[in-house]
Amino acid sequence: MARPLINVPATVKRGQVFEIKTLISHIMETGFRYTTTGQRIPRDIITFFSCSYNGEEIFRADLYPAISANPFLTFFTTATESGTLEFKWTGDNGFSETATAPVTVE
Amino acid sequence: MSDSTRREVLIGSLAGGLVATFRVTDASATPEEMRSAIRQVVGTAQVRKGRVELDVPPLVENGNTVSLVVSVDSPMTQADYVRSIHVFNEKNPQPNVIGVHLGPRAGKAKISTRFRLADTQTVTAIAEMSDGSFWSASAEMIVTMAACVETF
Repeated sequence: MARPLINVPATVKRGQVFEIKTLISHIMETGFRYTTTGQRIPRDIITFFSCSYNGEEIFRADLYPAISANPFLTFFTTATESGTLEFKWTGDNGFSETATAPVTVE
Repeated sequence: MSDSTRREVLIGSLAGGLVATFRVTDASATPEEMRSAIRQVVGTAQVRKGRVELDVPPLVENGNTVSLVVSVDSPMTQADYVRSIHVFNEKNPQPNVIGVHLGPRAGKAKISTRFRLADTQTVTAIAEMSDGSFWSASAEMIVTMAACVETF
């Protein structure tokens, strides 16, 4: 099971630029490796990530096999109002995972 | 083919042996592939050096997880912001590393992640600004233990 970890400051001031850190457990199998018997290990990666702030998309990323296992991604956004951050990861073999994190704006 | 000569048979078996030996490394991108991947993103626009800062370790011990920080010098206002950041490599099996899309709400054009490196190579980050201009930065990275080559 993929378990996402999200790190967002507990409270932020209005207008403040704050960092969002995300980590999700995933094998990120490149599809370029072989077993000792010479069989190619099929690709199994997360290909897409997006983050919405109160329903509006603020960040999205296309991931490729060059991203390490357990993809770690950080980015910034500006605090507008209290609400929720929604995170979504999708990938090969129908992989889909979501997570939410509350934001409190003072 | 029933009428293949002895030479053809020998060459064929030699090629087969080479493929078997170097199978792991045969799927390596080249600087040309990186350039064509960059062209797919930027189109015919000119890519200028500067404004982008690529923060990577110059010497990498383990190519499986390499930290990557890209920051772009931009005021991040409605009128002037970074639209996207793309990272490319020369010698991994594929030239793309990551492509992210930002907006003026980001406040700060800075992202970080961890990526894989299959060989000593040059890594390039390209940022697309809201005015349609492209800026880039490159870094030479030396890798002692490469990713992607181990088997089970």
